[in-house]
Amino acid sequence: MTFEARLLAGPAFAAGMEPYAAHRARLGQLPPPRPELIDTIVASGLLGRGGAGFPVGRKWQAVESRSLDDARILVNGAEAEPLSAKDRALMHSRPHLVLDGALLAAGVLGAREIVLYVGARHVDAQRSLQRAIAERGRLRVPVRIVLAPDAYVAGEESAAVHFVNASDARPTVTPPRPFESGIDGYPTLVQNVESLANVALIARGGDAWYRSLGRGETRGTALVTVSGAPHGGVREIELGMRVGEIAAVSGVAPESVHAVLLGGYFGRWLTREQAWPVPLDPLALRAAGATFGAGVISFLPAHQCGVAATATVLEYMAAQSAAQCGPCVFGLRAIADTTFALATNSAGVHDLERLERWTGQITGRGACRHPDGAVAQLASAMAAFSRDFASHARGRGCEVAPALRQAA
Amino acid sequence: MKRTVERTVGRLVVDPIVCDGHGLCAELLPELIELDDWGYPILRSPAVPRDLAAYARRAVAACPVLALKLVPPE
Repeated sequence: MTFEARLLAGPAFAAGMEPYAAHRARLGQLPPPRPELIDTIVASGLLGRGGAGFPVGRKWQAVESRSLDDARILVNGAEAEPLSAKDRALMHSRPHLVLDGALLAAGVLGAREIVLYVGARHVDAQRSLQRAIAERGRLRVPVRIVLAPDAYVAGEESAAVHFVNASDARPTVTPPRPFESGIDGYPTLVQNVESLANVALIARGGDAWYRSLGRGETRGTALVTVSGAPHGGVREIELGMRVGEIAAVSGVAPESVHAVLLGGYFGRWLTREQAWPVPLDPLALRAAGATFGAGVISFLPAHQCGVAATATVLEYMAAQSAAQCGPCVFGLRAIADTTFALATNSAGVHDLERLERWTGQITGRGACRHPDGAVAQLASAMAAFSRDFASHARGRGCEVAPALRQAA
Repeated sequence: MKRTVERTVGRLVVDPIVCDGHGLCAELLPELIELDDWGYPILRSPAVPRDLAAYARRAVAACPVLALKLVPPE
């Protein structure tokens, strides 16, 4: 854990917003937006921090090649993932870092407007961003705040664009993707707040500086949100740090853990034995069929049933469907209900097979990746808790949550 | 590579937002489309071979909400 924090450098996050004067004194003036910045970002290897992990430099190139000095920047601070708190913390305490990144994007990509898309519940973040905009005085590009509705899919990039355009936060069919046709039909960069904060630092330090941290293939640091831990919350990690190390600094003893959910509600379950040596490195995790997602690390306590925990996540995901696509509306509902029946030992004999079949049928059949994420989470749970799922299917519960014996 | 391009007349695409699960496509083109437990289409393979072109076009035309499209190869 010994490395120099970057995003968390400066006054403690708990102290609240860092004012503009302090921000400038600490980091210096923002360098002017030069076109070469795109190459620097590409060279840094920075990956998006909203969940999908798409290379930031490539996203900028896609917008740059289409912009006729009419692009739009959509700063994504919706953060609807229930287990994530890092984006709101960053917006609350370091709004100027986020603004710096957005202004660089606007300058380099020739944008006419910056929209800060902030979760409606994240009031501290809204207040900080508002104050930060006021502190900046006159800006070259107009900046406005749009409050993202409190719904899981509202943060998905096509949904975000849809909401800004038409007050409807449901995903749209792609293509066109936002970089082709986004806000008001113009090429739009949709970028997570932490990604932009990193750009603000890379513009000052350069790509070699950015790459000087990181233990594996993915370089740099990342914000994570740790839950199910005595000392959980938002932390900055050097990428490649192992789950077991995060557990140790978060006060989690290995024997107190049943399993770990990585990424978020669309993430993957790993057993404790699998999880402990795993490096938190987006590229390595992806290669292993897991995901870094939005930097969520959630420890499931040893006394909690994995099937029940999976059912809870699936119930949320089914309820949060945008209710547009059949496989998501009906598929996720059926999957959530069946998993709940398994968790409560009231499933039918064929329910486990049915669940496996449905899990294989849903991916790629919605307009957005919401259903894909839900079934990937379930598939990983059925692998991590395979014995428990089988035992629940026979009505017996599992080791940590045995079924009550039938009265004679 | 060129051979495979010539053998297909394009690929099927379902607009999942528009699709209401009427199911006509699967009746007219069971070789390429099956239905899930809720009546929504699953494409066995999106590529449409030449010998199924007429059936694919009929399935596309039959969709009451125009959710099924045949996208020609580029």
